Amino acid sequence: MLRDITLGQYYPADSPIHKLDPRVKLLGTLLYIISLFIFKGYVAFVLAAVFLIAVIKISKVPFSYMVKGLKAIVILMIITGLFNLFLTPGTEIWRWWIFRITKEGAQNAVLMLFRLTFLIIGTSVMTLTTTPNQLTDGLEKSLHPLNKIHIPVHEISMMMSIALRFIPILIEETDKIMKAQMARGADFENGNLIKKAKAMIPLLVPLFVSAFRRANDLAMAMEARCYRGGEGRTKMKPLHYQKRDYIAYVIVSLYLIAMIALRIVWNTFVVPAA
Amino acid sequence: MSIILDKVNYTYSAGTAYEIQALKDINLKIEDGEFIGVIGHTGSGKSTLIQHLNGLMHATSGDIYYNGADIYDEGYDMRALRSKVGLVFQYPEHQLFETTIFDDVCYGPMNQGLPKNEAGLRAFEALRSVGFPEELYYQSPFDLSGGQKRRVAIAGVLAMKPEVLILDEPTAGLDPKGRDEILDQLALMHKERGITIILVSHSMEDVAKYVGRIIVMNQGSVMYDGIPKEVFRHYKELEAVGLAAPQVTYLMHELQEVGIPVRTDATTVEEAKAEILRVCQGRIR
Repeated sequence: MLRDITLGQYYPADSPIHKLDPRVKLLGTLLYIISLFIFKGYVAFVLAAVFLIAVIKISKVPFSYMVKGLKAIVILMIITGLFNLFLTPGTEIWRWWIFRITKEGAQNAVLMLFRLTFLIIGTSVMTLTTTPNQLTDGLEKSLHPLNKIHIPVHEISMMMSIALRFIPILIEETDKIMKAQMARGADFENGNLIKKAKAMIPLLVPLFVSAFRRANDLAMAMEARCYRGGEGRTKMKPLHYQKRDYIAYVIVSLYLIAMIALRIVWNTFVVPAA
Repeated sequence: MSIILDKVNYTYSAGTAYEIQALKDINLKIEDGEFIGVIGHTGSGKSTLIQHLNGLMHATSGDIYYNGADIYDEGYDMRALRSKVGLVFQYPEHQLFETTIFDDVCYGPMNQGLPKNEAGLRAFEALRSVGFPEELYYQSPFDLSGGQKRRVAIAGVLAMKPEVLILDEPTAGLDPKGRDEILDQLALMHKERGITIILVSHSMEDVAKYVGRIIVMNQGSVMYDGIPKEVFRHYKELEAVGLAAPQVTYLMHELQEVGIPVRTDATTVEEAKAEILRVCQGRIR
């Protein structure tokens, strides 16, 4: 039951996208998100869709996995869509009581929905093709310059990777505790809110106890191996850019330039003409 | 009165990249009052199997009948089933949560809807039957040693008065004395109250000494199912799947190989001793 959660779960496959340096994927995703918010016009929209579909195809991750991430934000998407639909001023095309839909509103709603969909799928591509460890490694290296202004980049990324590492462990633990209590007749599903909240106590107490115990053990194990933070620490698998990473950078840059160009074209030629 | 498993299959994470078939076409019949040992290597499906018996896991296909009723029927009372088929998990840390040991043992009976005084009575009885020292009843369960925690966990399930008691690795991580005490108490309970006990373990010595029937699991299937003597006759095959027969089985086979005419089906040290003495006395005369 609980082990089916896939938000940000790594999907193992042998593809060029999986092999890319995590820094490329981080920056690439960031640039893609930026491109989603600067694009204008149908051509740019098609380009963004084609780019995303191409990356998914190359990554060999089944499309159904990408869509799973969307389920979590369905409500957010509906609310965003409705707000855009009803609250955008402009030429009216439909009206009932206090509700009115404008042409601009409809356009905005559709655009916003696609933007959100692309955004979620785009970031899912990154998390599905990169292990959490690679991701924090990439982040650490990308943010390394911040060390100069006394931001403890290594410590932050270490905390991040430990936190990420513990999510599946704690999920599994929750599952086991739930089962152990259900075997003693616990009921987590029925009853009103207060009853349900009370039913959580037998679940939360062992979970917290175990989380603290694990944290303690981990701290001990790190100390026993003389861990002392970032200063002078080397990596077993240091990140080095390879040819494919430069190629990926070029492709992403070309894509972003194309999107900017399309926006300029749209603003100077299509909008004044309309 | 029995548990019947009919072609039970279970697949973890079906339809994803991490798909694993944990149970393959399991057919079993567990009679009332049996003392069964389920043994198998890590990942052989034994823990998955026992979680099916009280409905915590739902088989991907196949049926399970408890006392003649299909537990997957719509409207079947799963909570009632769970109080009849008690399951004690391997780690007591996963279930202890109350401020005192006594309250923790009361949790099960309270969930069954019993009034507080009766739940308390049940808790006393259960704690006594696992041999838990009375002066510790009102201590915090988190301060106990591993063996004591396990006793409390077993008592927590026993207090619900199950008809079938399933224990997942009840002796893992215990010293020999603690292990023997817990197993002796289980055997006593089986003898006195006649409840069905299913013991999951990978220690052959534990299992051989106490149980009347052994089920060997390997890669999600039942490999052997029979009385200990019969199962341990296949000690070479057991070894091939990463298990082993009790040490005395090896001893008896080796004695026979060097020409001492002992029977090789002894599974406990006492049996082996009697058999060796019998042969020796025969020679002296």
